[in-house]
Amino acid sequence: MNLTKFKDAEHIVRLAVACAVVLVLFLLVRAHFIPKSFGQYGHYRGDALAELSSKPVVFAGHQTCEQCHSEVLDVKKAGKHAGVNCEACHGPLAKHADDPGSVVPQLPDTKVLCVRCHEENIAKPKAFPQVVGAQHSGGEACKTCHQPHSPMLIPGEKKS
Amino acid sequence: MITRRKLIVLLPAAALAWKYVVAGTPELAPNYNRSEHWWGMLLDIDKCIGCGNCVRACSTENDVPDGYFRTWVERYHVEDWHQEVPQVDSPNGGKDGFPPSTAIGGKNFFVPKMCNHCVDSPCTQVCPVGATLHTPDGVVLVDESYCVGCRYCIQACPYGCRFLHPRKLTAEKCSLCYHRITKGLTTACCENCPTGARQLADLKNPADPIHEFLKTHSVQVLKPHLATGAKAFYHDLDGSVR
Repeated sequence: MNLTKFKDAEHIVRLAVACAVVLVLFLLVRAHFIPKSFGQYGHYRGDALAELSSKPVVFAGHQTCEQCHSEVLDVKKAGKHAGVNCEACHGPLAKHADDPGSVVPQLPDTKVLCVRCHEENIAKPKAFPQVVGAQHSGGEACKTCHQPHSPMLIPGEKKS
Repeated sequence: MITRRKLIVLLPAAALAWKYVVAGTPELAPNYNRSEHWWGMLLDIDKCIGCGNCVRACSTENDVPDGYFRTWVERYHVEDWHQEVPQVDSPNGGKDGFPPSTAIGGKNFFVPKMCNHCVDSPCTQVCPVGATLHTPDGVVLVDESYCVGCRYCIQACPYGCRFLHPRKLTAEKCSLCYHRITKGLTTACCENCPTGARQLADLKNPADPIHEFLKTHSVQVLKPHLATGAKAFYHDLDGSVR
C-alpha cells in the first residue's frame, strides 16, 4: 500500500513509530523488573523457595540433643515420656546446640511445666494421665516425687 | 595457586566469615530434592491434650506476632444432638493452654488447626501478583518480597489460616516450617507436640508411617465439600468441627 496516497501520511507513520517505541520500552522495563527466576516452578519467583528454606532454625530437634545427651535418652526411652522430645519441655535450644559453652539453658520449673499437660480438663482424652494440681501436690514441685525424664515415682518417695 | 600475597588477603576474610560458618545459621539445604517430597500433616484429635506447645513453638520458631497465629488450638463442646452449633473457644489461640471447662457433659475435645496446604488452594489462585505459591513439594508459601498486602488470599482461605502481618503488612501463614523440613528436621509444632498428636507426613516417601495410618484408620479433612485438596489429615474428627 502506498501511504503517500493519503494526505498527512506521516502522521500514521509517526504514530506507529511512537507505539513501537512505547512497546519496546514497556518490554524492556518489564524484563528489568521481572526476576529471572519467575516462572521457574510456577507463577511465582523461584528463588523464593531457596530464600524461605535458608531461614535459621530455632528448635534444634531431638536428633541434635541426643548426640550429646545420650544418657538422658536412655532414661527417657524406658519411661512414659519416651515420645516427648527434649525441647517440648526445655524450650528452643538451637543456639545452645551451636555454642554449648556460652549458651546454657535454664532448667524449667516443674511446678509450672508439668501442669501444662497434666492439669485436669474435661476436653482431654480420658486415657491421658491428669491431676488437679493444687490437690495433688499442694504446691510442691512435681520433681520432688517424680523424675521428669521417666515420671514414675522416685523410689523412696511416698505419695502423700 | 595461592601465593603468599593472596593468602595474606584471604586469611582475614576467612576469619571474618568464620563466625557465620560456625553459627550454622542460616544454612542452605543442598541435598534437598523438591521433586522427591509431597508434604502433609496428620492431626490426631484422639491424642491432642490442648497443652498449647505447638502454638508456642510455632510462634517462637517463626517469630509470629502476639495475637496472631499460624497454628492454634480450639476446644469444642458439643451437646448430644446440637451437631450444628458446637461451642468453641480458643483463648489466645490456646497458646497459654486452656482454663478448666465450664461445660458439663457432652462431647469435649481439642482440635489443632493450621494451614491445610491444599493442592488446589484457593489462596494461591486469587493472588494477583504471584506472591502466594505452591511449591513442587506440596507446600503453600508466601513470598514476602513480592506480596503487596492486598488481602485477597486472607479472604479466600476457607480455613481462616492467613493474616496480615501487623508490621510487614504482608500476608502470613503456616510455612510448614519450610526452613526446617528442607533440612531434614520436622516442623516446630511436631517437634514440640508431647503426645504425637501432630505428625509431619511425606506422602511421596513410601517408608513414611503415614501410608499405613491412612490405610488403617478413618481419616477426614476439613471442609471436604470445598474440594481444596487439603493435606491436613484429621484422625477421629467429629462432624461438628468446621
